[in-house]
Amino acid sequence: MKTAVIVFPGSNCDRDVAVALRDVSGTAPAMVWHGESELPDGIGLIALPGGFSYGDYLRCGAISARSPIMQAVVGAAGRGTPVIGICNGFQVLTESGLLPGALMRNSGLNFVCRDAALTVENNRSIFTDRYQAGETIRIPVAHHDGNYFADDDTLDRLEGEGRVAFRYAENINGSARNIAGILNGAGNVLGMMPHPERRIEAAHGGDEGRRLFEGLLETVAA
Amino acid sequence: MKLRVVVTLKNGVLDPQGKAIQHALGSLGFEGVADVRAGKIFELEVADDTSDEQIDEMCRKLLANTVIENYRVERQ
Repeated sequence: MKTAVIVFPGSNCDRDVAVALRDVSGTAPAMVWHGESELPDGIGLIALPGGFSYGDYLRCGAISARSPIMQAVVGAAGRGTPVIGICNGFQVLTESGLLPGALMRNSGLNFVCRDAALTVENNRSIFTDRYQAGETIRIPVAHHDGNYFADDDTLDRLEGEGRVAFRYAENINGSARNIAGILNGAGNVLGMMPHPERRIEAAHGGDEGRRLFEGLLETVAA
Repeated sequence: MKLRVVVTLKNGVLDPQGKAIQHALGSLGFEGVADVRAGKIFELEVADDTSDEQIDEMCRKLLANTVIENYRVERQ
């Protein structure tokens, strides 16, 4: 099963997520430059990595969301291909309209770089089925603009439809309703600010992030 | 044709940067600053035959994120 990591100018977690996908699936992902207009054939999973694409110019993820490859990513997502956006990847997903809301400057104004305790809210998605509902996991965060915002109607809808995948156990950035990660309506697109690819082996201090990739890749390969 | 596009945060959207600027003004001794909202200004030079619809589309598709921001266009 082929996976793809989209590489934008200024991505800096593209290799980390590639290592996670390679370690878990046994096959290295295709690294796809943002200027491409098409994805390689047969891609079963797309990852949008963390980083500071285009130097966060205009708004985080705004320029990347308008890059040529994103039209292909939006098309693939619409056909049901799983897409995971991590950190800057989450920002690109909101800017491209694949996920609702926006990610704003952290309420404390500081860059937050630490381990964060997350509560798994929905463990019935293809991304979270290796976790227990309500389980607390520790995943690193490293962001300046992770303050999730959406209007109350949107937040109510996300909660009502079980589309909040992860919440922060403690609100570290001002996010509405402690939201750390959300799903699209069809359940095949996940955006999250924390970095599961930074916790996939014992040397990382734990492997809670690995379970996300294990569950996801098993589902995608089936 | 020169345009100025002013992008501001919508009412109800918290603006931590504006708050920090407000506090900094207070610490400089400027009293009575009740609120500060930070925004962005874009100065564009576009072809004279650019339509209002095209300008509006530029704002909606890129210059502003209408989830959190309002915009207004000033013709120079």
